[in-house]
Amino acid sequence: MAMLQSKSHASAFPRCLLATSLLLLAASLSHAQTKNSCLDCHSALPAQLGVTQEQFSHDVHEQKGLTCVSCHGGDPSSDDPAQAMSRKAGWKGPIERRQIPQLCGSCHSNPDFMRRYNPGLRTDQLAQYHTSVHGKRLAAGDSKVAVCTDCHGVHDLRAPNDPQSTVYATNVAKTCSHCHSDAHTMAGYKIPTDQYAKYTTSVHSQALMVRGDLSAPTCTTCHGNHGAAPPGVASVPQVCSTCHVFQAQMYEKSSHKAAFDSAKLPGCVVCHENHAIAHPTDAKLGTGPGAVCMQCHTPGDRCDQAREQILSQSTQLDTAIKAADQELALAEASGMEVSEARLGQNEARDALTKARVAVHSFQVKEVSANVQAGLKTANKDLAAGQQAMVERNHRRIGLGLSLLAIAIVLPGLWLYIGKIEK
Amino acid sequence: MATSEHQLPEVKRPSATTLPRRGFVEALLGTGFLATAAAFIYPVLRYFVPPQAVDLGGDSVVAAKVGDLKPNSGKIFRFGSRPGLLILSADGQYRAMSAVCTHLSCTVQYRPDLKEVWCACHNGKYGLDGRNISGPPPRPLLAYDVQVRGDEIYVSQRREG
Amino acid sequence: MTVLQNVGNWLSERLEWEELIAPLKKKTVPRHRLSYWYFLGGITLFLFIIQVLTGILLLLYYRPGASEAFESVQYIMTQVQFGWLIRSIHSWSANLMIFTAFAHMFSVLFLKAYRKPRELTWVTGVVLLVLVMGFGFSGYLLPWNTLAFFATKVGTDIAGQVPVIGHPIMVFLRGGEEVTGATLTRFFGFHVAVLPGLVFLLLVIHLLFVQRQGMSVPPRVEKEWEENPAARRELKFFPNFALRELMAWYVGLGVLGALAALFPWNLGVKADLFASAPAGIKPEWYFLFMFQALKLIPSKIWFMDGEVVGILTCALVGLLWMLLPFFESDRKARSQHWITGISVFALIFVVTMSVYGYVAK
Repeated sequence: MAMLQSKSHASAFPRCLLATSLLLLAASLSHAQTKNSCLDCHSALPAQLGVTQEQFSHDVHEQKGLTCVSCHGGDPSSDDPAQAMSRKAGWKGPIERRQIPQLCGSCHSNPDFMRRYNPGLRTDQLAQYHTSVHGKRLAAGDSKVAVCTDCHGVHDLRAPNDPQSTVYATNVAKTCSHCHSDAHTMAGYKIPTDQYAKYTTSVHSQALMVRGDLSAPTCTTCHGNHGAAPPGVASVPQVCSTCHVFQAQMYEKSSHKAAFDSAKLPGCVVCHENHAIAHPTDAKLGTGPGAVCMQCHTPGDRCDQAREQILSQSTQLDTAIKAADQELALAEASGMEVSEARLGQNEARDALTKARVAVHSFQVKEVSANVQAGLKTANKDLAAGQQAMVERNHRRIGLGLSLLAIAIVLPGLWLYIGKIEK
Repeated sequence: MATSEHQLPEVKRPSATTLPRRGFVEALLGTGFLATAAAFIYPVLRYFVPPQAVDLGGDSVVAAKVGDLKPNSGKIFRFGSRPGLLILSADGQYRAMSAVCTHLSCTVQYRPDLKEVWCACHNGKYGLDGRNISGPPPRPLLAYDVQVRGDEIYVSQRREG
Repeated sequence: MTVLQNVGNWLSERLEWEELIAPLKKKTVPRHRLSYWYFLGGITLFLFIIQVLTGILLLLYYRPGASEAFESVQYIMTQVQFGWLIRSIHSWSANLMIFTAFAHMFSVLFLKAYRKPRELTWVTGVVLLVLVMGFGFSGYLLPWNTLAFFATKVGTDIAGQVPVIGHPIMVFLRGGEEVTGATLTRFFGFHVAVLPGLVFLLLVIHLLFVQRQGMSVPPRVEKEWEENPAARRELKFFPNFALRELMAWYVGLGVLGALAALFPWNLGVKADLFASAPAGIKPEWYFLFMFQALKLIPSKIWFMDGEVVGILTCALVGLLWMLLPFFESDRKARSQHWITGISVFALIFVVTMSVYGYVAK
């Protein structure tokens, strides 16, 4: 029966495909209304000039009813290339790079026009672009810089919320890296080309690419998109604080704020780096590799002592949580039920997270408050685990006694059999 | 195991000279039977005693009693193996959702001053329907169904369709 | 003592007790170097009794139903005093029982105890084994954890592959097209009502046969005894053999208690109907040899679906297996040899496939 079904499926499939493609064809024909001779030739042309119907059908503009003429002008009703691509018919030819922002802006900066298609879409992209490093350099005559099509693509330009779009959250970094990681392209600009490589090692990239958390930051989150420019030294904490609110609030009130400001140090980046932001560990507060405090502070001073205390406290909580986890795992492996304590461990972990956030106040007492709360919970859970192990030992004693009873019966029976058979 | 012994009991049967004195075997057997019977019956009798907790709930749990919560307040309850959050909003409506923050799994709480759900770890905020509003949370909190039956507030997994 | 005797006399006057137990008193068990194998059936019976007792105890707290089953087992394990012990014994005893039942079957096979006139004892035994495996399959789902959920899904799916009657059987087992809470309710019913009833009935028949016909003597021993009648030995069933059996039961009890206390049966994670199946899902070990054998069959055999062929072959082999005694003719030598050959092959097949299934990813 299953075989029959799969057979009928198989035969139905091409028919279904045929029907769909016919439908699609009909739809696109009726959509285009009039004849479009551009694609007749260009779909057969090599890469630079080639655009296929298939490619163009992915383009959001095509889906909204725009055609080649909308950007390039000309007469698509004529089969004669000379007529179709005559300047008289309004043909603009290939669009020059430096003209592209203006051309896109002719629609995208027009609120009245855009409202007809997507009333929610912003219309300030061009204005923003003019403020970006890309826009300023373009205005200064550098045509190597990114224009709209470099990031968004051309002829198969997808809406940004399409996962295949070059500017979809998970694709942005790759898109930027096309130029920014290319040493040859970037040669004249005296900026590094390792940002992408560094970013891919970062906790942000992990969250975005591995965990699929689309709210995690990519290049444009910190640098802006249309108005892309590196955030200035002074605005780093502001940028980070859009997500890391607590840490920023604490940092603002801390003594580091004034010190970093006066030394023109870029806030958060001083300890956490910019592109290669790793998941922070307690090692950062230490003195070994990866430690940051002692790069500026003198060993033994008041701050070093505070650092020492903060580190030892959070390490203490971390150790306590791990110890409780271990004990609970052991109890679980012995078949004991400790789900209540397991639930409690969440609370202890919360406290550790909060304590690590509180490090940004650089105040021992702020960290300590969270650590103490966490220690209380973790110790309670540890006790629960130990209690479970005690209970397990009781079980074993009970088992031992029962086995003893059985051990008495067996020789008894043996002797008894011997006796009656004698 | 059997092949080496041709005749079962004879091989190991105690010889007459070493045979224990009369009554010993019976005493040994009697003690053994009594002890094993005790080891058998004791757990069973204890098993019959109904425990304090009536049950562990199921897909639906009693999160609180009516009157436990003041308007504009929240309460954490145990939902299976994870915490849940029950809120009585200022307008007197009960709402329930998972209390596990979608960012780094901290336990969220209700903030009466903000009238929002708040995660103390990284200042993530959610609306009363569980939607993530601001801060790092990437996803909404899983919303649960709330039913008031008698004076008990039942929270259950939301069923789709 | 006198009180007990009086009660005994009073009862025997009314029940004619003496007559009832008279056959037991007369019953003897042949005694030879292979007598040990006679214990296996008794141990299986003992484990079955344990199953009935602990099963009844579990019923005091267990609640069938998708929303409560897991929690109620968790409740038994954590809240009820000695609940962990009762449940662990039930689970361990179930597995041991299936093992001893298999061992019993192969011992009967190798000692040739299935021969005329004991064909029907063998048939009831094979049916009992199938029912016991049914107990295992239905009971496995009752805690409603992820592994059980998917094992049930896969198991009932295999049943659904059988042509024509497969799909209705699957729907009947599942109580619908999918494994849901309805399946749990059904399996609970099978596990605590249908199967115990059937097993009890067959067990009585099986034991009656054993009582009527007595224990079989292996042909080789029989021959030895024919040549040398002086070597023939017998043991009184009661109390001599019964006491020995009691020793075996006591050892079984100790092993069971130790296993349950030292390795309490895991509860796992509550089943989630919408979760994706964990990788490498496997049935319980006693289904593994069939499962693995089915997996090894190519997906297409000639013009037929490989899986269907596999399942039908399985069913056919099972049926032939049940009718095995009827293939042994009176003309001994030849038929005996090929049946022993088949038995050895079956044992090797079951063991290898089980180990392979256990090791395979």
